Amino acid sequence: MAVTGAVLFSYVVVHMAGNLKFFGGPDSINGYGVFLREFLTPVLGYGGLVWVVRVVLLLAVVLHGTAAVQLARRARKARPVGYAKRPRVQGGYAARTMRWGGVILALFVVYHLLDLTAGVLNPHGVDGDIHANVVADFQHWYVVLAYTLAVVALGFHLRHGLWSAVRSLGGTVRNAQTVALVLAVVVTVGFLAVPFSVFFGFVR
Amino acid sequence: MKYTLRVWRQDGPTVPGRLVEYTVDDISADMSFLEMLDVLNERLLLQGEDPVAFDHDCREGICGACGVMIDGVAHGPEKATTTCQLHMRHFDPRKPIVVEPWRAAPFPVVRDLVVDRSALDRVIESGGYISVQAGAAPDAHAVPVPKPAADTAFEAAACIGCGACVAACPNGSSMLFTAAKVTHLGVLPQGQPERRSRALDMVRAQDDLGFGGCTQTGECTAVCPKGIPLDTIARLNHDVLSAVARSS
Ligand code: HEM
Ligand code: FES
Repeated sequence: MAVTGAVLFSYVVVHMAGNLKFFGGPDSINGYGVFLREFLTPVLGYGGLVWVVRVVLLLAVVLHGTAAVQLARRARKARPVGYAKRPRVQGGYAARTMRWGGVILALFVVYHLLDLTAGVLNPHGVDGDIHANVVADFQHWYVVLAYTLAVVALGFHLRHGLWSAVRSLGGTVRNAQTVALVLAVVVTVGFLAVPFSVFFGFVR
Repeated sequence: MKYTLRVWRQDGPTVPGRLVEYTVDDISADMSFLEMLDVLNERLLLQGEDPVAFDHDCREGICGACGVMIDGVAHGPEKATTTCQLHMRHFDPRKPIVVEPWRAAPFPVVRDLVVDRSALDRVIESGGYISVQAGAAPDAHAVPVPKPAADTAFEAAACIGCGACVAACPNGSSMLFTAAKVTHLGVLPQGQPERRSRALDMVRAQDDLGFGGCTQTGECTAVCPKGIPLDTIARLNHDVLSAVARSS
């Protein structure tokens, strides 16, 4: 759970940072897309890196999900009879919503791939024309809403997940809760910058 | 004061149970929760009914025998307090109090509020010991213990094995209990020889017994009558991982 989560987290951070190239204009983000595909072309072939990353991510997602399902199953088996009355004591919202949050993120990734990678659900949907695809997307409030929900879910998922992962790997970090919260907020805000600047017309 | 209770009644491990409503009168604010149950039981006995079975021993918060789910919170609403040390002044007489046994597959209900917690003994047997030379008592200070290690060990050794962590955990995990034992023994010099095998063996034992897996929700520490910190779990994971790394 912790190791695959760390792989996914690294991807999310790089992706969020890469998205900020959107603010550099069409040449910047579209050029970045080409750069990612040309990277190490002599060794991997054109688009090779992208495929390597895809395989690693798919593997990580599958293992992450499998571990989550196993934990959920064990939890159900460990408490076959529930309590008649059960308020929340500690009640960390993020901790309680890890499983459903994960499901939301998985569904989002499917939609997101069909939208901005395959282009089939994108209003513009032209391969390689990343800037225009993104701008076309976020003209619509419902697309912005879908992305916002997913990114906020990601923020909650990271807030508990990061902290929990460190402990699962045997580490105790000073102020770990706060560090996890800050990282989660940075990722959330970083991702949301793009859809909101388009929606409110700062970038067109 | 007069209280309304809804208490789990179950005649035996294999028969179904249910919540039964009782009212108890003449309860003083200074009575403990168990003394309130004593008052109820005296009345039930006089009426020729079976008293409510519950576990207790020391009644001073050190043995770990007592422990019930009170309104869905292990050991009730007060922090760092066992059920026997919980006073009735913390309860509003206008609200019914729901009393249930610990719920976990490895803790089968014996009767009413009594569950069999010997699964925790199995976890201890799997690694909760140190190897010493039996015989004459060792010299005092023969093995120096650094002060920070002594403090950490003492904090973890406060665990009374009541099982509240399991009862509160949404995953039904005994991780905090096991982590307390592994910390208590593993930070002391005397506990070093078996440090890694102990952690691994105890985690395996709890998994085999049917306890759930830890996802660090923190519900356990929140209800722990001894306030065992969640950091003990990170230490346990550290020892388990280094045991796995060495054996492979
Ligand atoms: C506002 C937020 C986001 C924007 C604007 C955005 C934008 C994009 C764009 C434009 C692409 C296509 C890149 C290309 O074709 O070169 C892409 C791919 C991708 N994004 Fe996002 N993304 C966002 C959030 C997320 C989040 C939260 C996740 C994960 C939880 C995610 C996971 C992915 C994945 C897995 C790919 C596919 C990479 C591939 O294999 O080609 N994205 N994103
Ligand atoms: S009866 Fe001993 S701890 Fe409560």
